[in-house]
Amino acid sequence: MSSADVCAAILWVGVTLYAIFGGADFGAGIWDFLAGRGERADKVRAQIDRSIGPVWEANHVWLIFVLVILWTAFSPAFSAIFSTLYIPLALAALGIVLRGSGFAFRHALPGPVERPATRIFGLASVLTPFFMGTVVGAVAAGEVPAGGNGDPTGSWIGFLPLSLGVLFVLLTAYTAAVFLVRDSGAAGDESLRGYFERRALGAAVIAGGAAVVGVIALHADARYVYDGLTSWPGIALVIGSGLCGLIALGFLVSGRNYGLRVAAVGAGTAVIWGYFAAAFPYVLPTSLKISDAAAPSGTLTAVMAVFGAAVVVVIPSLALLYTLSQRQALESYSASSDATSPRR
Amino acid sequence: MPDVAVLADSGSNLLAARNQMGFTLGFHIVLACFGVAFPAVMLIAEAYGQRKDDRDALQLARNWSKGVAVLFAVGAVSGTVLSFEFGLLWPRFMDRFGDAFGIAFGIEGIFFFLEAIFIAIYIYGWDRLSPRAHMLSAIPIVISGIGGAFSVISANAWMNQPQGFDLDGAGNVTNVRPLEVIFNPATGYEFFHMWLAAYMVTGFLIASVYAVGMLRGRRDRYHRLGFLFPFTVAAIAAPIQLFVGDTAARAVADDQPAKFAGFECVYESGDNQAEHIGGICHDGKVTGAISIPGLDSLLVGFSTNTYVKGLDQIPDDREPPAKTMLHLAFDTMVGIGTALFLLAVWFAISWWRRRDIPGTPWFLRLAALAGVGALLALESGWIVTEVGRQPWIVYGFMRTTDAVTPAQGIWWVFGLTMLLYVGLAVTAITVLRALSRRWREGLPEQPGEVPYGPPPGEGSGASA
Repeated sequence: MSSADVCAAILWVGVTLYAIFGGADFGAGIWDFLAGRGERADKVRAQIDRSIGPVWEANHVWLIFVLVILWTAFSPAFSAIFSTLYIPLALAALGIVLRGSGFAFRHALPGPVERPATRIFGLASVLTPFFMGTVVGAVAAGEVPAGGNGDPTGSWIGFLPLSLGVLFVLLTAYTAAVFLVRDSGAAGDESLRGYFERRALGAAVIAGGAAVVGVIALHADARYVYDGLTSWPGIALVIGSGLCGLIALGFLVSGRNYGLRVAAVGAGTAVIWGYFAAAFPYVLPTSLKISDAAAPSGTLTAVMAVFGAAVVVVIPSLALLYTLSQRQALESYSASSDATSPRR
Repeated sequence: MPDVAVLADSGSNLLAARNQMGFTLGFHIVLACFGVAFPAVMLIAEAYGQRKDDRDALQLARNWSKGVAVLFAVGAVSGTVLSFEFGLLWPRFMDRFGDAFGIAFGIEGIFFFLEAIFIAIYIYGWDRLSPRAHMLSAIPIVISGIGGAFSVISANAWMNQPQGFDLDGAGNVTNVRPLEVIFNPATGYEFFHMWLAAYMVTGFLIASVYAVGMLRGRRDRYHRLGFLFPFTVAAIAAPIQLFVGDTAARAVADDQPAKFAGFECVYESGDNQAEHIGGICHDGKVTGAISIPGLDSLLVGFSTNTYVKGLDQIPDDREPPAKTMLHLAFDTMVGIGTALFLLAVWFAISWWRRRDIPGTPWFLRLAALAGVGALLALESGWIVTEVGRQPWIVYGFMRTTDAVTPAQGIWWVFGLTMLLYVGLAVTAITVLRALSRRWREGLPEQPGEVPYGPPPGEGSGASA
């Protein structure tokens, strides 16, 4: 493996983490939007707050990581994608702004403004995954010329990009529902677990249908990627993804919490790496190869060093945050009756 | 003829893109300052509170942590917009120079991660972590604020003093040397200047809120400490900033004579240059300025005999635009910086003599203005460095006009962005004011009132 390939894999690690964990936060916004009103809806929103509140910002940073690695290690690809797909990318950014501020402000605002902020949070949570999906679809379909400045509308308003946009929305909703099943189950709220379980199953069925459409669209518009996904090693990852998905479904139906998230994450990871294997050795199939887009070796070394530092410093910190927010390992301190000072 | 149309388009696009970038950066830079410095002020309050067992200081740290959270959330969003804009507005710049320019942002990414993670832990950890662990969790926030600022400023400094790469025959970047990119000649002075600016803007702005409260008669201990912690931080930074800023200006005179001549309005090269304060720089001369003979030369080289390169020695197409604005922005920055220094001296003398804030309400009135003043100085300084670098995006290597996207509709996007950001700013200020009203009225915390807050039904919100 060349250092350009290593950097492409690093980029893809970031893409995977953003798609799954950042995606799940957007999906939670979708369920928040669909929760409606009333006592049940309040409980649903409270669970969503508990689940994503402490981690959504850290998960969002993976997007920044992806952008930075892309523009540093593969700057011609970054430039080509952004100068062609500027409309969906600007709309995805709009979604990020509205989602982030809507979520950040909804409880801090005075009563009358809280509801619109909640609406904005929910609606914006659809925008970003949809337009990210169209961007991936346009890249897969070869609509982004290596030199950039491709068709600003025709590139992403097409069968494959639009069906991937819809599929991305459904998949984020599904992943979020699975995470919320697990979280509400862990919190011991069986009725809420049932609520999210029904939604996870519904989303799984609809997303499965959309995935079939996506495969047809890939076959029609992105033959290179389709062929890669249906031959070794892509096919192995696709099958692995399907198996993980079925296991997750089984866990969902049987009410099993342990391993549920792992199975769902495995399904997502396998298919994302299936794309990587299928598109290899291209960063823009089939107009720009990883090796042709790659930065000079000094830059690639720096990127690998940054990734190494991230593994050493960021991953343990993230693990600490997830542990604190998931297991509430330090819950004993919450018995403090002193509102002002940390417990002594 | 089509060429002319393309040129006209790219000219209009250039203006639109520069406006868009300038506006969004000018917005983000304020939040970035808070991201860098607010956690430090908060940590000082918590450390003081724990050491002296001071409930007021701990309450301040706790309240401030919510301000940190709200401002960090908005800053993360406005920072994300900027990273999209690199590609959306300047794709040709990123195409050619992303592999050098981007490196520092990789490092920044790590600090951004750590800041996001530990802000969440800190907020979440009130009542959940032991006092010592809670205070320790703030240290990574403070460090990553400084590290993040260093990385971003290093990237900006590289645009001013690009090095650490070669160009091949086709003009493509080769042989990148990351350490030379990161530690370019401008990194040092730009970083210290910006770091101190962040502490000054944040310190003076927070202090100004409590100064207003004290002027309205809220002279309790909570307000006094709320004023003292941030004001002291800013007052320590102010005199150092005077020295660093002076050094930076001298370095710019060496490194970027066109920028220096632009903001000092030096039209004719030579020694014994006058320092122009205020005025209009137009048609090769300065009008309406207060000019102090020889002072500019003295400041640049410690002698009135120092030769200063003027705009006459710089080809027209390498001169910065909007020279009056550039010059006035520089004067505003230096003027306000000096005034803030004097305010800090006044405070220091009073503290030294009688361990107290100066008694006259005029001090508090000026302190109440100092926040807005520091903000104005920050924006002015940012105009000086960015407009002063024009017409270059990569100084001496790539013109901004060659970097801009040919995409249509940027003016529309700019208009919508302004509306969106005004909405965002109004909302953020409304939220902070609502929080402060609740604190003042002594109402209990609301579950989830900040974006990384403890979940409802747990922590102090419900149990206290």
